[in-house]
Amino acid sequence: MSETLTFLDALKARNSQREPEPTWIAARRQAGAARFEAMGFPTRRDEEWKYTNVRDIARGNFVLAESNEFSPASAAALTLPVEAYRLTFVDGIYAPALSDVENLPQGVQVLPLSQALEDNHEAVGGPLGRLTGVEFSAFAALNTAFMEEGAVIRLGAGCVLEKPIVLQFLSRDNAAPTMCHPRVLVEAAARSEATIIEHYTGEANAKNLTNAVAELMLDRGAIMTHYKLQEAPLGDYHVASIHVEQGRDSRYVSHNLNLGGALVRNDLISDLNGKGAETTFNGLFFGQGRQHVDNHTKVNHNAPLTFSNENYKGILDDRAHGVFNGRVYVKRDSQKVEGFQSNQNLLLSDRAHIDAKPELEIYADDVKCSHGTTTGRLDEEAIYVLRTRGLDEQSARGLLTLAFAGEVLDEVALDAIAERVELAVAGKLPERFNLAGLVETAAALSE
Amino acid sequence: MLEVNDLHVSIEGTEILKGLTLTINAGEVHAIMGPNGAGKSTLSAVIAGKDGYVVTQGTILYEGKDVLEMEIEERARAGLLLGFQYPVEIPGVKNIYLLKAALNAQRAARGKDDIPAPEFMKLIKEKIADMKMDASFLQRAVNEGFSGGEKKRNEILQMLVLQPKLAMLDEIDSGLDIDAMRVVADGVNSLRNAERAILLVTHYQRLLDYVVPDYVHVLVDGRIVKSGDAELAKELEANGYEGIEESAA
Repeated sequence: MSETLTFLDALKARNSQREPEPTWIAARRQAGAARFEAMGFPTRRDEEWKYTNVRDIARGNFVLAESNEFSPASAAALTLPVEAYRLTFVDGIYAPALSDVENLPQGVQVLPLSQALEDNHEAVGGPLGRLTGVEFSAFAALNTAFMEEGAVIRLGAGCVLEKPIVLQFLSRDNAAPTMCHPRVLVEAAARSEATIIEHYTGEANAKNLTNAVAELMLDRGAIMTHYKLQEAPLGDYHVASIHVEQGRDSRYVSHNLNLGGALVRNDLISDLNGKGAETTFNGLFFGQGRQHVDNHTKVNHNAPLTFSNENYKGILDDRAHGVFNGRVYVKRDSQKVEGFQSNQNLLLSDRAHIDAKPELEIYADDVKCSHGTTTGRLDEEAIYVLRTRGLDEQSARGLLTLAFAGEVLDEVALDAIAERVELAVAGKLPERFNLAGLVETAAALSE
Repeated sequence: MLEVNDLHVSIEGTEILKGLTLTINAGEVHAIMGPNGAGKSTLSAVIAGKDGYVVTQGTILYEGKDVLEMEIEERARAGLLLGFQYPVEIPGVKNIYLLKAALNAQRAARGKDDIPAPEFMKLIKEKIADMKMDASFLQRAVNEGFSGGEKKRNEILQMLVLQPKLAMLDEIDSGLDIDAMRVVADGVNSLRNAERAILLVTHYQRLLDYVVPDYVHVLVDGRIVKSGDAELAKELEANGYEGIEESAA
């Protein structure tokens, strides 16, 4: 319990410095702290955390960051080469110098949370926490207790945003590891359309904790593509939840791409509450060394005629540990539902490990649902064919591993992201084979 | 270049080749014809190094070296290349990656550096135009979703890029319409030169109208029962394999 105290003490210290806050914020902070204190950090006895040990987070002495300084040159090197509206946060603190949200079309707001609260805190207080309450997890409770920065995105009815919105979270190599608790709130009104990219990256030797909570509300007919590109430094701890609420005929596509972090836990939940709502979960995780990457997903078909399609792929090398827990739930009498789920994992080493747990829970009779998970090795016939073209066995395996990831990346419409991930995967492969050179060739050809 | 002597090959205990002898010299085009089940594809598969084929007797020498002692990729790098009857789909592996990786593997074996990107691009664009394939094929996964004809063109494209010393083409004509046949045949003909040998395995005479072989061998029941020139193929087309089988028996 002394572990929770470290965090609670940090909270008290922070609270004592705060200006007086609106009562609802103070109350939620209090509720979050109380909930966190009561629950403590999850243990392996907790079903939802059976495969993920958060001891290293609990024992970490993380402090709240004081500075948002980041060299513009190194930030530029980390930034995705995508023309976008951009909010940048350094160890959780908003960095206006690295942000650009000029010239947003009418009806669209992209604000740092602090600014949104200052402008109109009541407009934030209504929706915030509606999807992800403090009961969700100890981490969500902690996030609520510390909540002070993040992003608020509002899309007016019928607003179609051409350029994506990038939320860039940079982690610094600090003498004392920091923690941040970003809070993201997205409200997409009817028939609005946008692409949001959450991008986590930072300095190579950083060892910070990021504990993010995102809530996305999609009204009737809203269309949203949501990339999460998690390439946090390999010493970083990353815990994040994304909770999506989907109204009638809305479409949500998630690309959850995880390459970084020492310990990563993602929760992705979509509530299909309106008829005709569709959700697509596309995921890739790559672990090496002793990385631990846990993806928990849930699709809740709460309404008839809803559709979900999920495809997660994991590649694990060395002693990396992956977890895939995907649940598809069909509420009583939600007829004509289609829910498909597939999880495929590739183990590149004998000591790599995956816990894969697909779950279907169906309370309606007229539905089409399927799930499957496979964990395996590469196709021997394909290896033979590549060898008949002169590739040695290791190179053939490297190429096929890249190909395995490529099937997820084929769905990624933004080339800058697909290429970046492909290069990262190629660079992380153990083979001496120069796959990166190949990837560059393909990129050059497409120009 | 290639000397196959008294080759006996079994698959799962069943003998498929029963004493096949064949010599191919540089500059020659040989065609092996025969009825289904005669063992036509077995010969090229054994030379390429496919698993599951047991050589019980005989030898295969390529440029004086024992092929059966070479790794699969060593054979390819030494210039022995097989075009598959049923090209395998390799999801996610872009054609361009395969071509570049294969070419660089061959260069490395010859002590050469990786091909510079501009040189590779120039080569690849030229060859793909020769095969009348769209450049978009390069970015597509190997054979995935390709029509039968596209798969076969893709096999020849690999040959044009890798420039083997001995190209073995296993029923490269199957499943081709007449236009695709011409393109494939032109590709094969462009490979013909004094240093290179080509081994065509085919069931039908049709391909041989376009790629005229120097030698035709008839394979029946695991043995070459008759050899001749291009005229032999025409004879087979007219009379079928039955007459040959009888005369051999």
